[in-house]
Amino acid sequence: MKQNRDYDIIVIGAGHAGCEAALAAARMGLSAAVFTMSLDSIGRMSCNPAIGGLAKSHLVKEIDALGGEMAKITDKAGIQFKILNKSKGPAVRATRVQADRALYSKYMRQALEAEAGLDIKQEIVEKILIDKNRGCGITTQECSYRAKAVIIATGTFLNGLIHIGPESSPAGRAGEPPSVNLSKSLSGLGFKIGRLKTGTPPRLDKQSIDFSVMDIQDGDAPPPPMSLFTKEITNPQLPCYITHTNERTHKIILDNLKYSPLYSGRIRGIGPRYCPSIEDKIVRFRDKPGHQVFLEPEGLDSDEYYANGISTSLPQEVQIKMVRSIRGLENAIINKPGYAIEYDFVYPTQLKPALETKLIQGLFLAGQINGTSGYEEAAAQGLIAGINAALKLKKKKPFILGRDEAYIGVLIDDLVTKGTKEPYRMFTSRAEYRLLLRQDNADLRLMEKGFNLGLINKTQFNALTEKKAAIEAEMKRIKATRVKPQIINPVLRKLGAAPVREDATLYQLLKRPEIKYANIAEVSSSGSGISQDIINQVEIRTKYKGYVRRQAELAEKFKKIEEKAIPECFIYKGIHGLSKEIIEKLEEVRPLNLGQAGRIPGVTPAAMSLLMIAVARQGHSKKGTKGQRHRGTE
Amino acid sequence: MHIDDTIAAISTPAGHGGIGIVRLSGRDSVKIADRIFRSPKKKKVKETPSQRILYGHIVNPSTGEIIDEALISVMKAPNTYTKEDIVEINCHGGAISLRRILELVLSKGARPARPGEFTQRAFLNGRIDLAQAEAVLDVVNSLTVQSQKTAVQQLRGRLSGKIEAIRDEIMELAAFIEAYIDFQEEDIESLALGDMKKRALNIKKSLEKLIESSRYGLILREGLRTAIIGRPNVGKSSLLNALLENDRAIVTEIPGTTRDVIEDYLNIQGLPIKIMDTAGIRDVEDIAEKEGVKRSLESMEDADMVLLILDGSEVLHETDRELIKKSACQNTILVINKSDLPQKIKFAVTDLPPPPVNGKKEDFHIVKISAKKETGLDKLKNKIAETAAGSRTAHGTDTVTNIRHVHALEKTLVSINSFISEVTNNTPPEFLSVELREALDATGEILGLTSPDDILNKIFSNFCIGK
Repeated sequence: MKQNRDYDIIVIGAGHAGCEAALAAARMGLSAAVFTMSLDSIGRMSCNPAIGGLAKSHLVKEIDALGGEMAKITDKAGIQFKILNKSKGPAVRATRVQADRALYSKYMRQALEAEAGLDIKQEIVEKILIDKNRGCGITTQECSYRAKAVIIATGTFLNGLIHIGPESSPAGRAGEPPSVNLSKSLSGLGFKIGRLKTGTPPRLDKQSIDFSVMDIQDGDAPPPPMSLFTKEITNPQLPCYITHTNERTHKIILDNLKYSPLYSGRIRGIGPRYCPSIEDKIVRFRDKPGHQVFLEPEGLDSDEYYANGISTSLPQEVQIKMVRSIRGLENAIINKPGYAIEYDFVYPTQLKPALETKLIQGLFLAGQINGTSGYEEAAAQGLIAGINAALKLKKKKPFILGRDEAYIGVLIDDLVTKGTKEPYRMFTSRAEYRLLLRQDNADLRLMEKGFNLGLINKTQFNALTEKKAAIEAEMKRIKATRVKPQIINPVLRKLGAAPVREDATLYQLLKRPEIKYANIAEVSSSGSGISQDIINQVEIRTKYKGYVRRQAELAEKFKKIEEKAIPECFIYKGIHGLSKEIIEKLEEVRPLNLGQAGRIPGVTPAAMSLLMIAVARQGHSKKGTKGQRHRGTE
Repeated sequence: MHIDDTIAAISTPAGHGGIGIVRLSGRDSVKIADRIFRSPKKKKVKETPSQRILYGHIVNPSTGEIIDEALISVMKAPNTYTKEDIVEINCHGGAISLRRILELVLSKGARPARPGEFTQRAFLNGRIDLAQAEAVLDVVNSLTVQSQKTAVQQLRGRLSGKIEAIRDEIMELAAFIEAYIDFQEEDIESLALGDMKKRALNIKKSLEKLIESSRYGLILREGLRTAIIGRPNVGKSSLLNALLENDRAIVTEIPGTTRDVIEDYLNIQGLPIKIMDTAGIRDVEDIAEKEGVKRSLESMEDADMVLLILDGSEVLHETDRELIKKSACQNTILVINKSDLPQKIKFAVTDLPPPPVNGKKEDFHIVKISAKKETGLDKLKNKIAETAAGSRTAHGTDTVTNIRHVHALEKTLVSINSFISEVTNNTPPEFLSVELREALDATGEILGLTSPDDILNKIFSNFCIGK
């Protein structure tokens, strides 16, 4: 077999995880290559044409603050931008973007191509090469490549099997071949592999849809960008449409349930509960008279609409009948039928928090292969895997974000500590410190780390420093500035708020729920122009101080336990009083610290007491030899 | 799980003697002690050098009520058992004051210590060397096993069932709020603020009821239900009168509509004692022996403590033996009356039930009195106080878990109360959720932790999600 050039880092797969991984590795100064089955499918959105949403835009903005690409590409490809949860508090506001599928792919490919030190290869990878328990390269159908680290980001391609009605065919996505040999290669190396399922709805022809009878959902104007670094959105903006299923639709589905591979028992994999097929929704919630269907544009030049909400694997002729029973879709033409796809995934508890496998050094896994779903979850893991592969080659400590620092930290900690039974999706409710992890402060939380990694440049970092200083200055000013009752009371009266009797600081006034920054600026402006971004931070810090501080205190406590490292070579067997099951779980996860150990399902507080003592005891007995060296994964 | 908070526990063996120690260890020990301790010379624990003792009173700062006279031992870090600040509150008011003091320090920011936790801290802070570590493991392990047993027993009990039901309701409410946050575009049922408040008020009501009816709260509020039993003419009525007579100042009589519901309260060493069926006791003197026994057995059923009266001037009757046997599984004091007369009573080994759990033969409570001459009454009262304390402590760590339960419920209530006031203020949902999560975490101290997954499970089972 032909031997080709060597790389530092090889990334298999150019989806959302693979692209971020490859870019991060290359940007950190290493030579990298990304392998894809088809150059046309780089950065493909294989499910709905939207990026962001609750908890997901939090991830995207964190990726952005760490120097990743997703937010920037989203802004270039976005055709509708919307802030969700506007009426709720700042921590659960999110940005959701409808993106042009073709543009997203095009711009992501351009970003990869523009990166010096990154090669893009269109070859099918067959095997991971291992030398002495260390990943050292790959072989493709054509030749072999050596590398110091390999990142696998193959999405749903491992042993993919598509179901439409009673028929099934091996595929990675509709119309693309699956990756069978790679999955074999992985199980051959000793990885425990599971099977998951997900599905997509039919794609409809735009000309065949009667939008006039549907509700219109427009984006916000002006469109709020996803990336910090985007000045303005220039694409034309398109609306989405909403219609509903009805009793007739439900009857068609129920009558044909026996043809659904989900209900005939043909599908073994476990599907996501938050994204059920329409069959599931109707069976489980029989009393609900109708379900929403969102029609999302696939792109500016596309003639296709994505029928979000009716993901299905019913036979094509049933899909046509079902779709045509829906208002506005009476004459709809299905361009591509919906389908269910089963695929292999690697149980993520086999990974370290750096996303390196415990079994094989220098082998990293990222994205759907780890049991997640969603572009954003994939991209976040890709970025972290890319960063950590690079750090490993530079012989530096791994980059691990805490649950108190980022949704990315929550995501990866959940995966490697608890594993997952269904495709894992991020929700804001998964984050214990939700009030601290807002999308509005992703840059304040993470950009400095991005800078230290070399993924954020000096100019960007300086802008951050200035922003921080501006926030502090304005906080100081409103705390120091007092206004007299005769000045502020007219303003308060206008707002219907209670008047003040004595001088009050701007800060005290802003604390009141009914008072906005604009109201205090009316009587005492900051003088120099102050950006909306800084106003937001000042408002949030003032209005939600109590709650934010409460969570910050909890986060402090959390960190203390997180700092109690458990040595990597720690021996769990023989710890007095620990049950066999708990020992097995601890050995499987091999937590880095006591905090992580406590989050493993089934590990009780009593077990933690025992573990704490045992860790301290083994530490004592080693003092003077190896000591307290252990903090990272290495 | 926390590792540097302040822990507290009653550190003297439960159920023995009237003197005891509540021990605090951790960062805030001194601060907490100063909030509840009043010295006549206005001395502060904070300003007291290590290894000193202060005299004063333990006072509930919110009510000003004096709970007990106390000596405070102050030991400041690092030269202490745990290498943290330790404060020991020595008091002598018996088990009830110990519990009240413990509850007071818990309400001021301490957390109930887990079994063996002081020792565990001593080890983790490097106070105990390697050789002792094995022993620590043993202690923690055995205490844990023991408390798990208790926990299992409690889980089977009605209390935990009720807490579980409350937790479910909180979780239901949390699921509504979380679904409203995370699935805002789904057309799922949402809960109006008014409905949330209504639900929360219901939860509040159940919590308050539960806290009130918790055994400890019930005893303080309603008295330790005490049955005075015995066959006719052994002197039940005269004993009751003697106790009442003797304590006239603290007797209350609650008149009822009929004589049957009249109840008498005694206050014995700060412990309210409710004598059950006093009307019955006064009535039965002239009824048939069989009927008397039947009534005795009935009143015993609901009792926390039983005073079984025997006539010292007679030999044991068959009925006496039967009553001794029947009352053996309760907290029973054998009161041998008529000590002023020549004594004929004798016990064979088989007459007495086996001694209480882990106790010695002499632990079986026997007191000799003369109701008529009013002798031995003080001894009896001491015994009553001791037995009352023991009634909740005889079964290993029962007391501790109970205190933990009440503490956890009170914490839950605090969070639910702030939830209610925040809902009224129109606070955004993610802040409301903080209160509910704290409430869930508090119930978690009894039932095991609630993870975000539990809430998600609830959401997915209650709502049709799936855009």
